[in-house]
Amino acid sequence: MSTVIILADFQGGVATKTTAELATVGARMGDVCAVVLAPVGQGAAMAATVKQGPIASIAIVEANDFVEHGVAAVADALAQVAQSKSADAIVIASHAFGKEVAARVAIALESGIITDAVDVASDKVATQLVFGGSTTVHSMVTHGIPVITLRPNSVEADLSASSAATENVSVTISDSSKKSLITSTEPPVKGGRPELTEASIVVSGGRGTNGDFAAVEGFADLLGAAVGASRAATDAGWYPHSHQVGQTGKTVSPQLYVACGISGAIQHRAGMQTSKTIVVVNKDPEAPLFEICDFGVVGDLFAVLPQATTAVAAAKA
Amino acid sequence: MKIAVCVKQVPDSWAEKKMIDSRLDREGVDAVLNDLDEYAVEEALRIVEAHGGNDEGGPHTITIITMGPERASEAVRKALSMGANDAILISDSALAGSDALATSAVLAKTIADGGFDLVICGTESTDARMSVIPAMLSARLGWAQMTFASKVEVDPGSATISITRVTEAGVDHIKASLPAVVSVVEKINEPRYPSFKGIMAAKKKTIETRDLATVGVSPVSAWSEVKDAALRPARSAGVIVTDSGDGGSALATFLAEKKLI
Repeated sequence: MSTVIILADFQGGVATKTTAELATVGARMGDVCAVVLAPVGQGAAMAATVKQGPIASIAIVEANDFVEHGVAAVADALAQVAQSKSADAIVIASHAFGKEVAARVAIALESGIITDAVDVASDKVATQLVFGGSTTVHSMVTHGIPVITLRPNSVEADLSASSAATENVSVTISDSSKKSLITSTEPPVKGGRPELTEASIVVSGGRGTNGDFAAVEGFADLLGAAVGASRAATDAGWYPHSHQVGQTGKTVSPQLYVACGISGAIQHRAGMQTSKTIVVVNKDPEAPLFEICDFGVVGDLFAVLPQATTAVAAAKA
Repeated sequence: MKIAVCVKQVPDSWAEKKMIDSRLDREGVDAVLNDLDEYAVEEALRIVEAHGGNDEGGPHTITIITMGPERASEAVRKALSMGANDAILISDSALAGSDALATSAVLAKTIADGGFDLVICGTESTDARMSVIPAMLSARLGWAQMTFASKVEVDPGSATISITRVTEAGVDHIKASLPAVVSVVEKINEPRYPSFKGIMAAKKKTIETRDLATVGVSPVSAWSEVKDAALRPARSAGVIVTDSGDGGSALATFLAEKKLI
């Protein structure tokens, strides 16, 4: 049986849903070994949070180098575990950190790499949506151990309970993976809202908000959604750049995307058009985003959103 | 200090892109300097300007390095007109269709042979969007990886660098000794527009073109292949209502029917 290595994904020491998604696609290709990279003394506790997904075994590596040296140390360790397990494929979450880890693992293992997969089949063929989601591409690695990064939220995770056996694995982190030193770390400023790229609902505001995001945020909070913004809104300084959805910002693919006061230039569509359901609120009936929406309201977002917020709150009650 | 800035010429991010024979059609669209690389060029200029400048005979130089077809010199010219000193364009027909692994090997060899202290990149290109080249360069060169920087401080005297790294995972403060590979996030700075003087000066600056043999890297075929590519069916517009006082309620009803709330 083949072995597929996944890098267990954590937030605040707790395994994320993404970990189960990685295991889900990994299990199509072989027995999944989830690798837990932890600071010294925390491996068992972190591994204990890896409770869901088709995981056959858990390999724990403890080293403070992961905290002190970040991506380079993580990639170094992961490549060594993959080698010791004779892995047939490696699947990693496709966020900034995961893609950089994958990049270094591919170099270390002299293997081909595919990033931003939205699906991976049992024959290791990855599906990617490119050019802002306008084109579907199937590709595969032709050299070495396929290193594939999977976008969070793109596959239905098998959330069955996992009680995989754990083992401790030791590796030696090379000096060249310790060239940068992380002196301090601050967790992301959460504000109680989910992370943009992982949220199942995103409510975004654009030029039409005129800088007032209160209605957008109110609707988002009721839906448990993340808040996004168009480039026009972030360039105007109305919302932080980290929330920009589009070609030069984040790419999101939620179950529901609600665009408020966003006309929908190619720039913006590139970051959201793979969303499952798209809702558009804009007072300009000519806004291009209406052409790709599932439901649109031609109207003033400052009237429509508060009414929708009240109606949804009533429906939920 | 010798700084290299790696840039890429990409199809204009406002243009519709399409595939021909499983590759991005680069011929049929306007090509520009990758938006995100302008921040890298600007950051290099700010670093040298804070420490004595990069005028001829000055203490620092900025070299633009790119890999691409001959026409990529247009994008390089823009970076030169912003104020970089010179450029290296690696162009070879054997490089067409290269993957990130091959690209990083070519760039890393060029950087290693150039005696650079610091490499600055954008976080990704707006065409491939992989975000892997800076990490690959760091791995290949064995230099400190200082990526996704929203702030960069370099001390040429002690040959040290510190950055603030910003990703969805949070904020890290990272320090290292040079040499290092930096990638800068959008909005770390406001890239300058080339001045008329800068544009005129750039015409006289040297763009050295190298083929693979000159770089000293053997051609390697890509380690991944596209099996097929197809345009996704265009989304068609669904129900659109005009708000006449009940638009918000209609929206809520739609969400309820779709079981989205």
